[in-house]
Amino acid sequence: MAQDMTKPRNIGDVLLNVENISIAFGGVKALDGVSFDVREHEILAIIGPNGAGKSSMLNCINGFYHPQDGIITFKGTPRQRMQTHEAAAQGIARTFQNIALFKGMSTLDNIMTGRNLKMKKNLLWQALYFGPALTEELEHRAKVEEIIDFLEIEAIRKTPVGKLPYGLQKRVELGRALAAEPDLLLLDEPMAGMNHEEKEDMCRYILDVNDEFGATIVLIEHDMSVVMDISDRVVVLDYGRKIAAGTPDEVRANQDVIDAYLGVSHD
Amino acid sequence: MFYRESGQFKTSYQKDQQVFPIAQDRIFIALLLVVAFAVVPFVADEYWLQAVIIPFLIFSLAAVGLNLLTGYAGQVSLGTGAFMAVGAYATYKITTAFPEINIVIVFLMSGMVAAGVGIVFGLPSLRIKGFYLAVATLAAQFFILWLFNKVGWFFNDSPSGTITAPPRTLFGIMISGPEATAEVRYFVSLTFLVVFTVIAKNIVRGRIGRSWMAIRDMDIAAEIIGIQPLKTKLMAFAISSFYCGLAGALSVFAWLGGAETEAFSIAISFQVLFMIIIGGLGSIMGSIMGAAFITLVPIFLTNMPAMFGIPMATDLSKHIEEIVFGGLIVFLLIVEPHGFARLWQIGKEKLRQWPFPY
Repeated sequence: MAQDMTKPRNIGDVLLNVENISIAFGGVKALDGVSFDVREHEILAIIGPNGAGKSSMLNCINGFYHPQDGIITFKGTPRQRMQTHEAAAQGIARTFQNIALFKGMSTLDNIMTGRNLKMKKNLLWQALYFGPALTEELEHRAKVEEIIDFLEIEAIRKTPVGKLPYGLQKRVELGRALAAEPDLLLLDEPMAGMNHEEKEDMCRYILDVNDEFGATIVLIEHDMSVVMDISDRVVVLDYGRKIAAGTPDEVRANQDVIDAYLGVSHD
Repeated sequence: MFYRESGQFKTSYQKDQQVFPIAQDRIFIALLLVVAFAVVPFVADEYWLQAVIIPFLIFSLAAVGLNLLTGYAGQVSLGTGAFMAVGAYATYKITTAFPEINIVIVFLMSGMVAAGVGIVFGLPSLRIKGFYLAVATLAAQFFILWLFNKVGWFFNDSPSGTITAPPRTLFGIMISGPEATAEVRYFVSLTFLVVFTVIAKNIVRGRIGRSWMAIRDMDIAAEIIGIQPLKTKLMAFAISSFYCGLAGALSVFAWLGGAETEAFSIAISFQVLFMIIIGGLGSIMGSIMGAAFITLVPIFLTNMPAMFGIPMATDLSKHIEEIVFGGLIVFLLIVEPHGFARLWQIGKEKLRQWPFPY
């Protein structure tokens, strides 16, 4: 495993605790009493066959869905029903399975938008683009440039993201999430549709984000070799229920997981 | 050949973020401003200022305002005429009730009133989008004009039902009313346009502009980043209506001299919308180019037969003007759906390589 060769992992206390979460859409139980926790600085992977409820889980964590049952505790405070935009203020950022970038804006503007919550100057200063507003803009520009350097997308800074190839768009989206300096980063299939080389790049970015920025990462991924290589722990969902959790090795050996992925013979 | 940015290196983020990063552009804009302030008023005659240039400036201001809302924040509005009417009637009411307040301050106050009305009619935007929102803003258009027509308080119960610009001075110079010269009214309109265009550009390249574009391009992702949709959309409505209100106030006080609600009809709303579509959605420069096209081309077309000495009945030339104008709009939108702003950009890119495009 990649991280065994580098410095020791310093996994901290529980950052996010998900307890007994259930959500149903009409008759479909997307999530049915799922519980797990995420510790500081770890990389946790959520895996499962299609329709297992992985994306629904992420949507619950960042307040886009409201679970009908169960409690989500983030940074020690249990959270009641909240508006979607509040999750960002609490320090949760995410990327999407189908890229959700602002297509008409440049790479730079997209990543700058990720820092919107950190910018405070009011309309009057903004209108003048002078003094405090300018200073603020330049400070944040400098931070954004660090992220652009980190993701190696300097050359496409001023390109409208709608014109970029898929792999780069995924990278810009990661950049936008990073710009918010989140404590918890949710990645929904960060490697979907990428070739081998792009996947390796993405893995490196994820590990570096975890290492350098200290962000806790929850990711959904279908590529098992990626999941097994980079995650500290794995949670397996099937038909909305958690069927296994543990280190990659434990999960790999779990009979329920094998059954869920390969099917069971009924004879 | 002369339009190159080679050798112009940006050594700080501030320099990289300039509105016109290429030195030649800055020189061009500076020249344009010098011509606008120092040459035009002394060259153009009364007719040109009154019939052509002042309406162009005022509609440019309204188009910039609508572009903030529709082009940047993605909220389609057909209430422009109504918001202009609010600005005009508010100016009239405030300046007749408190004649001692400086007229420029009254203009700004009326903009605020229009902003407030804009917020109220922007409320449905949280729930409805696109064409449906456009229809909802039609409510503003019809309701406000009806109100200004029916309730005598708004036009001080004048028997004609119109509002007229009373004489007002700034630094001892008459800037509105029958005695204000066209040159002075031109200066007033131009100053407002320049100042508020700069402000608009500053807003759209900062935090607020980015949150508008985020809402326009992908509202769910914007919300997850922490942008509050309601607040952001209402701010767009408020600022846009402020601009429209200001344009409405200027159109009565610096251009028409008097108006009834007919001057702010739905036709005006459509006209301003066409300006930003033809000029380019999401471009401040495009708004002004679109306004120039929509206000100047019909005048040019009307005068063309006379210029070439072709005798033609007025009604016939008017009809031909409308046909040609409509055809031009269709042609332009087919050739370049993104409007003049995009054409301008392509032109500049071509110019950079000229005359050796290899």
